[in-house]
Amino acid sequence: MKIGILVNEGPFTHQASDSAYHFAKAAIEKGHKVIRVFFYYDGVNNANKLSEPQSDDRNIVKLWGELAAEHSVDLVVCVAAALRRGIKDDILADGFRISGLGQLVELGMAADRTVMFGD
Amino acid sequence: MSEENNIEFDTAGVKKKFLFLNRKAPYGTIYALEVLEMILISAAFEQHAVIAFIDDGVYQVQKGQDTSVTAMKNFSKTYGVVEMEKEDADEDDDIDMVWRIVVEKESMDARGLTPDDLVVDVEVLASNELADLMAQQDVVFGG
Repeated sequence: MKIGILVNEGPFTHQASDSAYHFAKAAIEKGHKVIRVFFYYDGVNNANKLSEPQSDDRNIVKLWGELAAEHSVDLVVCVAAALRRGIKDDILADGFRISGLGQLVELGMAADRTVMFGD
Repeated sequence: MSEENNIEFDTAGVKKKFLFLNRKAPYGTIYALEVLEMILISAAFEQHAVIAFIDDGVYQVQKGQDTSVTAMKNFSKTYGVVEMEKEDADEDDDIDMVWRIVVEKESMDARGLTPDDLVVDVEVLASNELADLMAQQDVVFGG
């Protein structure tokens, strides 16, 4: 199955990004294809490479990047939501790209199931 | 921007049913404004859409919003653009797109609101009717 994921919340304050990550990983292990993860609202903060959690905690920004590298998952950050929160190419973590909100609608059209993670 | 890496999907001829679920008050958090941006972008893709307001989300379309004291952007008039998109789709036979603007009755009643208090024309659906409608959708986005 082709799966699309929408992440609505930023890292650490909310668990939504972690849940989305574990869902994506489990889906891929089951043989599904995650065709895109779209980051919206404060979710764009998941793409901030300056994020530096304590060493005994998970680094969710890095985990997303590793998932993208291993399984060619397209990680897209909404440009309008990103710019108002100061997320720009200069601080964009590996594996992420910035693009338009149309890419979310397109994801909903292309995926067999689109799953939203938020509050 | 990293537009050069754009990955495009083949969505030619795809027609799906989208539902945009507005659950939050218009101010206090950014969800209402950013869902609205989502709805406006989606118009370009000519998909079917239900724009639904439930819980405090019904306040998003309440008339008479005044944000001058808080200096927040008052975007309530922009719901008129959503209504125009809906009307264009209804009137133009060449556009295969059905948009519906719906409000949950229970949420409206609990807040003492009637359709006359709202900035757009809405369909009022009972909670169970809205649940049935949601179950018929292909994609649900919201905030």
